[in-house]
Amino acid sequence: MTNVTRTVLVALITLGLAACASKETAPVEDTSTPEPMPEPEPVVETTGYQGPTDYTSKEGLDDPRNLLSKRVIYFDFDKSNVKPEYREILSAHATYMAANGGARVTLEGHADERGTREYNLGLGERRGNSAMGLLDAQGAASNQLSVVSYGEERPVSTCSNESCWSRNRRVEIVYTRVQ
Amino acid sequence: MTVMQLCLRVTLAVTLAAALMSSAAARDDELIIQITPAGEAATPIAVVPFLWSAAGVPGETDMSKVISDDLARSGQFNPLPLRDMVERPSRLPDVNYGLWRRLEVNYLVIGEITGSPLDGYEIRMHLLDVVSGEALTSLVFGARAGGLRYTAHHIADTIYEELLEVPGFFRTRIAYITAEGEGDNTSYSLMVADADGFNPQPIVRSREPLLSPAWSPDASRLAYVSFEQGNSSIFIQELATGQREQVARFRGINGAPSFSPDGRRLALTLSRTGNPEIYVMDLSSRRLRQITNHWAIDTEPVWAPDGQTLVFTSDRGGKPQLYQVSVSGDGKPQRVTRQGDYNARASMSPSGDRVALVSGTAEDYRIALMDRETYLMQIVSDGPLDESPSFAPNGRMVLYASRRGQQGVLSAVPVYGAAAAGHTAHQLIYSDGHIREPAWSPLRQ
Repeated sequence: MTNVTRTVLVALITLGLAACASKETAPVEDTSTPEPMPEPEPVVETTGYQGPTDYTSKEGLDDPRNLLSKRVIYFDFDKSNVKPEYREILSAHATYMAANGGARVTLEGHADERGTREYNLGLGERRGNSAMGLLDAQGAASNQLSVVSYGEERPVSTCSNESCWSRNRRVEIVYTRVQ
Repeated sequence: MTVMQLCLRVTLAVTLAAALMSSAAARDDELIIQITPAGEAATPIAVVPFLWSAAGVPGETDMSKVISDDLARSGQFNPLPLRDMVERPSRLPDVNYGLWRRLEVNYLVIGEITGSPLDGYEIRMHLLDVVSGEALTSLVFGARAGGLRYTAHHIADTIYEELLEVPGFFRTRIAYITAEGEGDNTSYSLMVADADGFNPQPIVRSREPLLSPAWSPDASRLAYVSFEQGNSSIFIQELATGQREQVARFRGINGAPSFSPDGRRLALTLSRTGNPEIYVMDLSSRRLRQITNHWAIDTEPVWAPDGQTLVFTSDRGGKPQLYQVSVSGDGKPQRVTRQGDYNARASMSPSGDRVALVSGTAEDYRIALMDRETYLMQIVSDGPLDESPSFAPNGRMVLYASRRGQQGVLSAVPVYGAAAAGHTAHQLIYSDGHIREPAWSPLRQ
């Protein structure tokens, strides 16, 4: 467990579980003070989620601080290798998939508008396959993964310069089943 | 002159043509055709307004204008403007050849429309040689009400063939894809229009991407790629009935359909083995034959007219280039493009002597023509994002898609003889949505 995780755990116990903590320790220390009324259970279910570096709980998918919430990785022009800065994201998802055998992911491969459409379908698929290879190597099972290429047909940005092109050369990690 | 110099010269000519056309504006949901003035290489001709001697008032089709615009758009004719026609004969005895000689036209077209909307029309036309003072062709065409536009295209084809000795393409059609809206609200249509951009009709509409329309050789069917089931799949649709069949829905990519010259086979791209390879499907048995087997992206196959050879795009050498391979499956693919970083998406000329392709660098994609014997390439468009070249069925023009800002444009450029040397005429089709992937139909059979 990393230091960050430990700090977060301590914080959670201090803040969220203050009532329980005092309930457990109070009787030993001082019996003369009246026991405080037990507070209602927290409405938000946090069971098992250990914070931004917990890659095994589905809560992480919605926590903006957690790498699991990052589900798009970007590529260089006409390239399909996963750049180093995105490997951590893929390994977080691989960890999640290994821990949640029911999870299913479609890797949607995309290209920018440059080059021909059918070639870009091939390029989008190659990017999807490259992401799939890393997920697979880090513990996701092949039956959890599929690739679909949209080539240049579904741009997220439509200007004709690098600011849009760089956002369109991407693989989107789409969970079709979470658990 | 070196090839580079030739490319530069041709490119400049096209850039000038594009500048001339930049005044065109787009109207909502309508294709607009703009014709640039023809250059010196084009043959001067006058198409005199046809005399309306039929019952009722003249309909919305101005036949002589349709004929004149067809001829101008081909890049091979330079029609005389209406305002210069000081006489407007419609019958042979009324023709004053001396006047037309002074107006420096080589040929004159006159005609008369008789009949009625109920019984049908008769169109009497004469093609006259102004220099010799002789009629080259005198014909009578029948037309039903609503059929005058098609008959005008027929007359233009007749004139074109009489004077150039090759069939015209004015009665052919074009298929293309449009995308309207943004993001998740995009809707895609596969459209079919007349060769001059009129009568655009959607034949498929979808919320998911459509791409790569390809005509059957008899122009009765279109193959295309649809993402309607989440992944790509290939359909073949009968144009007249709208009925369609799904012919490929394998794991991975199902793309780049291309009918064989006999219409019995379909070349296509499948990545069911993990990466894109070229296959040929026998359409009656649906049996597949794998043609390429390489870790590279192999795609965009097109047939040579012999039905024995495929030209396709592959990045097996590191960057996309064109290769050719025998469909019998024996023999290694041979690289056919020899110049440039990026060469893809071939369109075969009807005689098989040339391919049109997309040629470019990372920032600039243009349409090029490559001679299949000498491998020499000539750039014929001005970029920077030109794609999807498609030969006219007579091989004299190439239609392609390009962009003007966020607007899609279809352009046609003459690629044969004197008209090509000057790049004097150019057709543009604009639309508000994205318009792309034009495919020029074969001659109707």
